[in-house]
Amino acid sequence: MNTAVVVVSHSKALAEGVRELAMQMARANTAVWAVGGTDDGRIGTSADAIRDALEQALHVANEVVVLMDLGSAHLNTVMAIEMLPEGLRPRVFMADAPLVEGAVLAVVAAASDDRADDVRLAAEEAREMHKLMSGGANA
Amino acid sequence: MLVGAADVRRFIERYADLIDEHADELTELDAAIGDADHGINMRRGMHAVRERLPGAETPEAVLKSVATTLISKVGGAAGPLYGTAFLRASAAVAGKETLNEADLVALFAAALAGLRQRGGAQAQDKTMIDAFAPAVDALAAAVAQGVDGHGALEAARNAAHAGSDATIDLVARKGRASYLGERARGHRDPGSWSTALLFDAAAATLGGPVQ
Repeated sequence: MNTAVVVVSHSKALAEGVRELAMQMARANTAVWAVGGTDDGRIGTSADAIRDALEQALHVANEVVVLMDLGSAHLNTVMAIEMLPEGLRPRVFMADAPLVEGAVLAVVAAASDDRADDVRLAAEEAREMHKLMSGGANA
Repeated sequence: MLVGAADVRRFIERYADLIDEHADELTELDAAIGDADHGINMRRGMHAVRERLPGAETPEAVLKSVATTLISKVGGAAGPLYGTAFLRASAAVAGKETLNEADLVALFAAALAGLRQRGGAQAQDKTMIDAFAPAVDALAAAVAQGVDGHGALEAARNAAHAGSDATIDLVARKGRASYLGERARGHRDPGSWSTALLFDAAAATLGGPVQ
């Protein structure tokens, strides 16, 4: 597998829900990990848990793209990458993208066997996607 | 002045005590403009830190133990931020059995550099940097003027408190409070308050023997 996707949220339920939604677009060659909550089950993110997911994902895929929700999800993902053995770190890419749409786009690209940098770029296209034709509140 | 591993352990224990005493207050501050978990997270982290302290025999080892424990045990942004600060502080005193005034400056300046790198916050973003940076500046300035450890840490502590007070009037540009826009104004940044408590603990423990 070229690229696996890791979804990091403050909420375990949200991470798993995003995974469930994105996996609708997956094929047999696609793997998505969902990481959320603190190690004692509260809302938050855990660098240790993210590192574990990255290691598992890198076990089955050449590279990994990480999607994150709010602030500390990013901080703890950076910490998790720094905790990885040095050789694994260049194989992890963070996407600067909205979580739900970004994860769906990332899975579509990963299912097409794209390399991680292209999966990341695909996820980041979510920033430009509009839901309303006119962009207006009542359109 | 010289302080050793026992003093650094007392510093961390004092900080754990202060976090315990102020945990509800930290959470209330965070409830006003954030996700209402700063006191809970810090208390949980410092409890775990306290359990692992006795095995650490050098200033470097004490600070490193604090770092790795906070990174693992604190669920919010405070874990990676304080964790990185303590990790850099640990590296800044590597190999030293005792610390003098210049070492204390190096320790806290390295911690600040780690915070800046990890969080990317600037002055006046309404974060812990607004307490930490003026404290380090005051510490360095006092030591440069020949003030002893007690006096220099007292100056740092006062600057941290003033810096935290000044966050009340700011709009947040980093962290969860940045989602609130103007509504964050009028509330103290909780991270700046836990930082002020850190310098309270330092001032009470790292000044060395009273002359």
